[in-house]
Amino acid sequence: LLQIRMRTLDWNRTVYIGHKEPPPGAEAYIPQRFPDNRIVSSKYTFWNFVPKNLFEQFRRIANFYFLIIFLVQLIIDTPTSPITSGLPLFFVITVTAIKQGYEDWLRHKADNSINQCPVHIIQHGKVVRKQSRKLRVGDVVRVKEDETFPCDLILLSSSRDDGTCFVTTASLDGESSHKTYYAVQDTKAFNTEEEVDTLHATIECEQPQPDLYKFVGRINIYLDRDEPIARPLGSENLLLRGATLKNTECIYAVAIYTGMETKMALNYQSKSQKRSAVEKSMNAYLIVYLCILISKALINTVLKYVWQADPNRDEPWYNEKTETERQRHILIRAFTDFLAFMVLFNYIIPVSMYVTVEMQKFLGSYFITWDDEMFDEELGEGALVNTSDLNEELGQVEYVFTDKTGTLTENNMEFIECCVDGHVYVPHAICNGQIMPGAASMDMIDSSPGPGGRELFFRALCLCHTVQVKEEETVDGIKRGIHQGKATSVYISSSPDEVALVEGMKRLGFTYLRLKDSHMEIQNRDDEIERFELLEVLNFDSVRRRMSVIVKSSTGEYYLFCKGADSAVFPRVISGKVEQVRARVEHNAVEGLRTLCVAYKKLSPAEYEEVCHQLSSAKLALQDREKKLAEAYDSIERDFILLGATAVEDRLQDKAADTIESLHKAGMKVWVLTGDKMETAAATCYASKLFRRNTQILELTTKRTEEQNLHDVLFDLSRTVLRQHGSMTRETLSGLSNEYHDYGLIIDGATLSAVLKPSQEGSGGNYKEIFLEICRNCSAVLCCRMAPLQKAQIVKLIKASKEHPITLAIGDGANDVSMILEAHVGIGIMGKEGRQAARNSDYAIPKFKHLKKMLLVHGHYYYIRISELVQYFFYKNVCFIFPQFLYQFFCGFSQQPLYDTAYLTLYNISFTSLPILLYSLMEQHINMDILKRDPSLYRDIAKNSLLRWPIFIYWTFLGVFDAVVFFFGAFFLFDNTTFTSNGQMFGNWTFGTLVFTVLVFTVTLKLALDTHYWTWINHFVIWGSLLFYIIFSLLWGGIIWPFLNYQRMYYVFMQMLSSGPAWLSIILLVVVSLLPDVVKKVLCRALWPTTTERIQVSPPWPLPQAFSWA
Amino acid sequence: MAASCWPASGFYREKKRNCSARTAIFDGGMMKNKEGEVANRPDNTAFTQQRLPAWQPMLSAGIVIPGFLVIGLVFIGIGVALFLGSQSIQVLESDYTGLNSNTPCYECSDASKKNCTCSIEFTLTKQFDGPVFLYYGLSNFFQNHRKYGVSRDYYQLSGDTAYFKNPSDSCSPYIYDSGVPIVPCGAAANSMFNDSFRLYQLVGGTKKPVPLDGKGISWWTDYNIVFRNPPLVNGSLAAAFNGTAKPVNWAKPAYELDTSDPSNNGFMNEDFLVWMRRAALPDFRKLYRRITQGDYAAGLPVGNYSLEISYNYPVIGFGGRKKIVLSNVSWMGGKNMFLGVAYLVIGSLCIVMSLVMLIVYAKYKFPEGDS
Repeated sequence: LLQIRMRTLDWNRTVYIGHKEPPPGAEAYIPQRFPDNRIVSSKYTFWNFVPKNLFEQFRRIANFYFLIIFLVQLIIDTPTSPITSGLPLFFVITVTAIKQGYEDWLRHKADNSINQCPVHIIQHGKVVRKQSRKLRVGDVVRVKEDETFPCDLILLSSSRDDGTCFVTTASLDGESSHKTYYAVQDTKAFNTEEEVDTLHATIECEQPQPDLYKFVGRINIYLDRDEPIARPLGSENLLLRGATLKNTECIYAVAIYTGMETKMALNYQSKSQKRSAVEKSMNAYLIVYLCILISKALINTVLKYVWQADPNRDEPWYNEKTETERQRHILIRAFTDFLAFMVLFNYIIPVSMYVTVEMQKFLGSYFITWDDEMFDEELGEGALVNTSDLNEELGQVEYVFTDKTGTLTENNMEFIECCVDGHVYVPHAICNGQIMPGAASMDMIDSSPGPGGRELFFRALCLCHTVQVKEEETVDGIKRGIHQGKATSVYISSSPDEVALVEGMKRLGFTYLRLKDSHMEIQNRDDEIERFELLEVLNFDSVRRRMSVIVKSSTGEYYLFCKGADSAVFPRVISGKVEQVRARVEHNAVEGLRTLCVAYKKLSPAEYEEVCHQLSSAKLALQDREKKLAEAYDSIERDFILLGATAVEDRLQDKAADTIESLHKAGMKVWVLTGDKMETAAATCYASKLFRRNTQILELTTKRTEEQNLHDVLFDLSRTVLRQHGSMTRETLSGLSNEYHDYGLIIDGATLSAVLKPSQEGSGGNYKEIFLEICRNCSAVLCCRMAPLQKAQIVKLIKASKEHPITLAIGDGANDVSMILEAHVGIGIMGKEGRQAARNSDYAIPKFKHLKKMLLVHGHYYYIRISELVQYFFYKNVCFIFPQFLYQFFCGFSQQPLYDTAYLTLYNISFTSLPILLYSLMEQHINMDILKRDPSLYRDIAKNSLLRWPIFIYWTFLGVFDAVVFFFGAFFLFDNTTFTSNGQMFGNWTFGTLVFTVLVFTVTLKLALDTHYWTWINHFVIWGSLLFYIIFSLLWGGIIWPFLNYQRMYYVFMQMLSSGPAWLSIILLVVVSLLPDVVKKVLCRALWPTTTERIQVSPPWPLPQAFSWA
Repeated sequence: MAASCWPASGFYREKKRNCSARTAIFDGGMMKNKEGEVANRPDNTAFTQQRLPAWQPMLSAGIVIPGFLVIGLVFIGIGVALFLGSQSIQVLESDYTGLNSNTPCYECSDASKKNCTCSIEFTLTKQFDGPVFLYYGLSNFFQNHRKYGVSRDYYQLSGDTAYFKNPSDSCSPYIYDSGVPIVPCGAAANSMFNDSFRLYQLVGGTKKPVPLDGKGISWWTDYNIVFRNPPLVNGSLAAAFNGTAKPVNWAKPAYELDTSDPSNNGFMNEDFLVWMRRAALPDFRKLYRRITQGDYAAGLPVGNYSLEISYNYPVIGFGGRKKIVLSNVSWMGGKNMFLGVAYLVIGSLCIVMSLVMLIVYAKYKFPEGDS
């Protein structure tokens, strides 16, 4: 066994238990350095916070841009004071820094409490208390019940006789069920500190890696001077940091990964960031605005020098230059002028937009978590938001990929029947619609079969599983009461099918009692207890799709029982009533039942030895253990004798069909990706209305490709689909589109991989295209027999197709994680198969039906809100800056700012910031009940429709128009006249203030016009911010500010308000600016109304507490 | 105790989210407690459920068409009032740059001539209602040039003598005159308009001076708060300016701007204040005097007048023009057709638009819930 030892230290580590060196000669002692057990989740220390945080913040392109502008302002002689861009930047940076600093402080606190938590270490046979952070690799640790493991440990011994311990990993992956871990065989007897201290062993294991469920290692125990005993270690021996010991008094274990090398800490990295389509549009707009900014600056610079060609303009007698200015090279002068113009116009890129967008997303996501309709009583949980970056993406979904089991269905299994040798048995359990668990009789449909096969079948099901029996009912998760007179026990398993089967067997008279000392005890129908020694468990995996156990009966016979999917079992069967069973399985599958086949084989002692050898060598391998195990399993699990099949029902989730129907109506394509077999999956699809009666089903399955080659099948299908498509468009034109039929496609895993396989003769790429073409024309697609990775592959394929649709994946199990991570939006269901999916998702919901509200209501709202937010932000900054651009033509291109510094600074951060933030949190253009009732409204916003270029250009032009109105309105008003009755003249600051006042009012009222949902908060914020502007201006102009070296705004605002024409022109200009938008809206609404607008006009019922303009 | 040491859900899940502080708080709440009872049901309030009572206005035809009609009518009303008000204002305007040889000030336009005076004669055939305002106007003069605008020292102008010695750098190149600090420094002060005007009514061959009132032509706040003279030294304003030079283009120092009236002297000189308030646009007018006294308080009666101009200010060099304007005002200020016309145009436009919308609605029969 030692030949396979790897000596390279870079991929494995050697741990000396209790820091005892191995006996000399056994191996060279190479000390390895491991980190201590300190957990550092904080990003900053007290000293590096400021520089590191600043560095991180300025890595963001927007912040960097503003920093550059700020620096330019500091360096060159600029039109605006550096405060105008420095203050907002400082504000944004400070707010972010405070937030991050606070979060980091919390992390420091949490780290400290974790790192100082006491742990108990065995040293020289005594228990020593230490701080957790001082724990080192190789220390032997004692953990008591309900304590959490301080680092990753290898279980040496447990207070339970069988050397097992129970652990809940709720805090790691959210699975609250108890998992069993096993002590090393040779050490499980150690029960006291002294005994443990005598252990002399080393552990070799792989370097730390983040996969929670993978671990390979080996322990070498030196009993005496002989060759050490080597035992394999797997993930069943590894207790993870963060998990909690349950139902076990105390354990001894040795630390192998500590501190930041524990699996929990390695999982600490956040997953890759997903970016929403809106964010992409936003960045595209930003680039456009950057171009506008640069071209504005360029135009003005060029014009300035053209205009200045006349020396009297360049330097009139009243405004001479200094000598140094005259000496300066023209290129330098032009460049500084360019920079100065950039600075003057830089506000066109709104510094506050990022902050506002982030706040909107962050605060907005609370509405999802708060939603009472998405709260599930049973689970006691509502929706969870794991990332708020994708809120609006929920309104853009085009493809929904859903898992079947646990997502569409309850994953609440009920044993329905079994079929043994073609005879069908149903537990006589359903009586007056009530399940009578105690009924130990069964209803035989057929005449009595030979007892041999039947008895063996029942025993097989009683033995071939990984169900645990819990004595008391303290556990969450899957539990079924066994009301067997005495103690209440529950069956616990990670697979609900197994529980259903074992319970079904119980109803048929065979009760699985417990696993004791490696013996499984069964109570048979005659109330006798049969004991089988459990020798090996060949665990289930989703690739093999089966599991096996090897047991030794009390009579000394070796049996291998296997159960698994029919496709995984039938090819390995050599005898048995295959045809009858297959027929029954297919029948059940069509009914929508989950079927499993059971088979067995007898092993001779010699065969068993061989099997044992194969397994142990595979298990001991440090390299490619998975592969070797799979090979071993493959060679062991063959030549079966078929026993029969079982059928388990998995009910559809509440309102699953309704949800799917709504998603369809909303224009989404729903794909079901499942590992189940085709017939079962198809039945579920029909039940959930994914396929309807009139849906024409296209099959792309192995069965079909066996008859025809793949190429022909694909072309056939695409022809069918496209012909229909062609005729359909004609029908649509002639208005007869009512009865077109939709297509449903069924494809299985094997065919899919054939389709996706890179071509041999260069035609493979074509296949992909044809396949996509077919899919595009199908309203529903069912992919069955999918491996987890294939699910992700499909999502990826659709994502990469030429329309780049937005995809959403929803699932509840670990096998859905890959697709959840792959899709644009990943939604996890807090299901029965643990919380892995929920943990890796972007959003988690308790039930599939909640998807409807999530997408149709929340998604829709967020999309509407954020698109308005983005468009409005650009609009209001065009309005803001364009007058300043126009002013340059009238001030000799001298970069004279139109507005006062305070206005420049505060426009974005206070005068116009809150209304849009509130709008983007509160807006409801349509009542949410209507959104839910009429899913087709979702189509109105499909394909990022509110952020398309024409709309963006419309907003920009509206901004330019408004700016022109503001500027020239004021310009003509100021044209050589006075507008006070005392004949005094106003200066340039009054001019700017007039423009600015019109600007603030127009921009705020424009938002008010767009607001369809006026709560008191909206009223408060919109009118409040206008009032704030007025009060601020009065204050700003009403006091001689001692810290300013100019008093140019003194009384400017009051003077302006004292003039009648100023009031009149403000009103006029505001109205003129808003007019075209109102007219456009009204006309568009009349001529080309969207569905949304049609609905908006006629509220279907009088809404309580809502007023309408009747 | 161990459990409290390990806020496990906080630690692990935190990283899986982007906003960790909040998760730490919220996950804690989300966890079921031991008895399995629901610890965290979200608050079922109108706010959290997004069901706050709200007013839901729609821009529907029912409201927009009458709205436009009303706005249109109101605007037309205002427009008519403004237009008529503006019509009633009398303006007399005369360019006296003297570019053409047949204009009265042609001789003076030669920059080499010093202390040149010229006069413009005009006849009023209609009473010019008072109060009459006398403006001077400059065009192509960029008072709004950025460099020009900042070229002043507010501290000097607020009478802070510390800045008399060290004027602000922004004044350059008008800071020092051969080493002596200029007060008031800067381009704005240096380029102060220095033409002066006298108005006479010609009555039977004699010139009867029309009294021009220079009081209150500047902003009250400028005169009373912002601009301050330095504290007098030994009762003398001139002494306060000791050690400073006058702006190079000025004929006399600041403390001699109006020797006849100490309250109109120095930085408190109203002509100076008017000049120092920068115009918004390159063509601008500034108030010169008011005619509010004597026989002319009610206006200028019919007759012949002569305006005597002492022509000092050079504008031809930069292509500028000078003009003198006599104007009266109404409640809405000076003559400005723009506002009235704009109101009329927009008002009619509103009415036209409401008609267009009416036609569109009638034609397309958009299902209206409320019409």
